[in-house]
Amino acid sequence: MTTITAPTTARLLSGRVYDHAHLDSPLDAHLAEHGAAPLGTPGDQHWAARHAGEIEASGLTGRGGAGFAAWRKLETLASAGGSPMVVVNAMEGEPASAKDRALLCHAPHLVLDGAQLTAAAINAGRVVVCVADDQPDAAESVLRAVGERRSRRLDPVVTDVLRPEGRFVAGEESALASWLDGRGGKPRYRTDKSIPLRAKRRPLLVHNAETLAHVSLISRYGARWFREAGTADSPGTTLVTVSGAVERPGVLEVQMGTPLCDIIYEAVPISRPAALIVGGYGGSFIGSAHLRVGFSAKELATVGATTGSGVIAVLPHGSCGVAETARVARYMARQTAGQCGPCVFGLPAIASSLEQIWRGDVSPESEAVLARRISQVIGRGACRHPDGAARLVSSALRVFADDFAAHAAGHPCGAAGRPSVLTFGGSRSAGDLRAGDLRAGDLRAGDLRAGDLR
Amino acid sequence: VSAPRGVRRPTELRLSVDPIACEAFGYCAELLGEMVTLDEWGYPIVDGSQIPPHLVAVAKKAARDCPRRALVLSARGSRHRSHHLEG
Repeated sequence: MTTITAPTTARLLSGRVYDHAHLDSPLDAHLAEHGAAPLGTPGDQHWAARHAGEIEASGLTGRGGAGFAAWRKLETLASAGGSPMVVVNAMEGEPASAKDRALLCHAPHLVLDGAQLTAAAINAGRVVVCVADDQPDAAESVLRAVGERRSRRLDPVVTDVLRPEGRFVAGEESALASWLDGRGGKPRYRTDKSIPLRAKRRPLLVHNAETLAHVSLISRYGARWFREAGTADSPGTTLVTVSGAVERPGVLEVQMGTPLCDIIYEAVPISRPAALIVGGYGGSFIGSAHLRVGFSAKELATVGATTGSGVIAVLPHGSCGVAETARVARYMARQTAGQCGPCVFGLPAIASSLEQIWRGDVSPESEAVLARRISQVIGRGACRHPDGAARLVSSALRVFADDFAAHAAGHPCGAAGRPSVLTFGGSRSAGDLRAGDLRAGDLRAGDLRAGDLR
Repeated sequence: VSAPRGVRRPTELRLSVDPIACEAFGYCAELLGEMVTLDEWGYPIVDGSQIPPHLVAVAKKAARDCPRRALVLSARGSRHRSHHLEG
């Protein structure tokens, strides 16, 4: 399925990644490794066109979840008029994701370089970095990095670090736009997503933090270099967060297309996995029969999944698929922004259906009711939150068909009462991704700690 | 009521619901049952298909009569023109 053999490849998290706590000047270390970002002079159209061309040729896709071609945003913003603002989205509302936090803690200058390059390419007048208010380590790191750059007058465009409230949907780009505009942090209803979002009368280019870090490396080393890793369809490396039933949960940098089994092997599974959640809690379950599938959009599509935000959560052998699905569904129901009826009422109804099946409290109609409720939330919110929840539950019905049948027949399995290995309550509760270490290349566990990845 | 600017043929209109604005009054399903059904919580389900010519007038009325102005008629293919119809 793929020829990639090395499970990890260090680019963003390269071997010489510095630990901020032990360096006088992380910026000097960054500049020694990568040199200054190759910024064009402001308003240089030739440079901007060349930059956009290189990003397009690289095939870079957004690493925040949707996975769209990164260069398209440059094209959209180029014709938007006004003075654009580049928004670095490091909100990372997915509770099982820690990659943006890890990146900002260990390589904030790559992200900030990417933001400056993007700002130059679209003639933006401002850069803002949005870090959720419950991620103090990432915010502290990026604030320090911004301060260093400011004192050296490195950046042509002013950068501010902002702290929106950390909730699951707060990082959805229209929610971020509305927060920046002082109108709460909730998703907007957009009939045409090709029209740029605006805040403070500026058109916005919103990129995930990791996406911008890749931009900074592509700008330095070129599209061809970027494509030396990954597959033809999904080039480059990507950050994944492995959690659940593994001994070494944490953030890894892997080549796109790396088989799922190789990725989770790096995190040391505690047993033969029963299934994985891939892409996030709005992603998909993948059964243990498909662990050879590569982590790329094309390969994951063959099993109904997407790369999403790079989440890989491992369910241990013997898990109850119904119980785990019900837990995630209830979590997703609680994360609604509370705006759209089908999400506000539909997601709790789906969770209730699942909990009834979990308990064995079923009628002949239970499965049909659940199926109808799933179909009734898809595409019916202002954002894709209900779609994600529906996708996860739909995938569970496929992957855990036997478990569901047993529960529906009134025979809950022995595992149904076990505690979950999944991470909930966000990065916000103790015990999540505990002692998660950040690993890349030949670094050994413990060489590099991603701050306190609670 | 005039068709949105940029729309040559009113038959290209499609129906959508602003899910944030919608508060499940349900008038749209009463007026336009051919195109709007309600989910189990009373919120309208539309499939985004083209409004047949004989229903365009009643669809416009339904959009106008929605207390939350949540029923949206938009022109197919002209993604930049979709907006609330003014009465």
